[in-house]
Amino acid sequence: MTDTIILLLQLFWTFLLIGTFTIGGGYAMLSLIQGEVVVHHAWLSEKTFTDIVAISQMTPGPIGINTATYVGYDVLSAASGSHLLGILGSFAATLALVLPSFVIMLMIVRFYQKFKSNRLFEGVMGAIRPTVAGLIGAAAVVLTLKATWLPPEAGSILPSGLTIDIVRENFPDWKSWLLFAAAFAASWWGKVSPILLLLIAAGAGLLLY
Amino acid sequence: MQEAGKISLWRIFAVFARIGAFTFGGGFAMLPLISSEMKRRGWIDEDEMPDIIALSQSAPGLLAVNISIFAGYRLRGLGGSIAATLGAVLPSFVAILLVAMVFSSFKDNPWVLRAFQGLRPVVIALIVVPMLSMARSSNQSWWAWALSAAALVAVAFLGISPVWILLCVGVTAFALTWFKEHRNK
Repeated sequence: MTDTIILLLQLFWTFLLIGTFTIGGGYAMLSLIQGEVVVHHAWLSEKTFTDIVAISQMTPGPIGINTATYVGYDVLSAASGSHLLGILGSFAATLALVLPSFVIMLMIVRFYQKFKSNRLFEGVMGAIRPTVAGLIGAAAVVLTLKATWLPPEAGSILPSGLTIDIVRENFPDWKSWLLFAAAFAASWWGKVSPILLLLIAAGAGLLLY
Repeated sequence: MQEAGKISLWRIFAVFARIGAFTFGGGFAMLPLISSEMKRRGWIDEDEMPDIIALSQSAPGLLAVNISIFAGYRLRGLGGSIAATLGAVLPSFVAILLVAMVFSSFKDNPWVLRAFQGLRPVVIALIVVPMLSMARSSNQSWWAWALSAAALVAVAFLGISPVWILLCVGVTAFALTWFKEHRNK
């Protein structure tokens, strides 16, 4: 029981951090959720995380909220085996995600005009935006490639090397690369809606595998 | 804009719940819906919307949530912003919770496994597209592209937490801008 309470508090704190440090919307948030939930806490695997993102993209609502709700449910119900605690987990994660926006937005509404023409604020945002683009790119790279640092050799403190493997759960064969390329082309040049692309992808999965 | 206090909290909740239920694909997909619903009801002036969007984008958190907080506050103060946010979040909360509860028992179904095998590479392609379009609009100089690349490598291959990267970049940019401003004086 105490373990469950600690997990719940950890979940709340983690999503509070994610909500505070997400600048640039839902996709930027994915890289933070991934960093905390998959890499740091190892609550979910890369494969499960990708599934959750897929489900979040198909259900209505902001992708960050969907992912937080799902992760909250999954982490707590997997640890305790109870649906009810899972619901509590999803509630905690979603509330924690929204809370920082709430506090900061209320301050911004009050200082509306003052904020807009502040040059320091503009300077910071000018550097934050490119960083956020890189972070979103990293989320895609982590789901595609897995980087592992080799342990240090005797007498050294630095890792002896880096190996990079393809994440086989997400890219098992050439067909998956073909699907990736087709979806990219359809979305980037064809401006095909993501929902339609995901529906087609599910159908393609049934046909190809 | 109408007189504050005339619109009931329940109506604010109901309008934003409708917006939340019909938004697929995140904050940017929600913008046209919010804009048309608010204008149709005369809740907001034509020229107020770009300001709301710009400020909601520069604040931390999700665009859709930030816009709901901002718009709700303009309509009915603190209560309005709570009603709007609850409305915008509730449909997706309920929908995803139902999916999460059902999916755990369907996860090992062979049909579901095959569908998800097709979905996974496509999901990743759908993350790359908004990243590229964002980089194209915000990266106007070589150092901006270098910063994007450095952030990508630091997270994907060095395993550094995005939170630290954002903090370091924010503090450094703040210091540099401050220094530049004061030297010019």
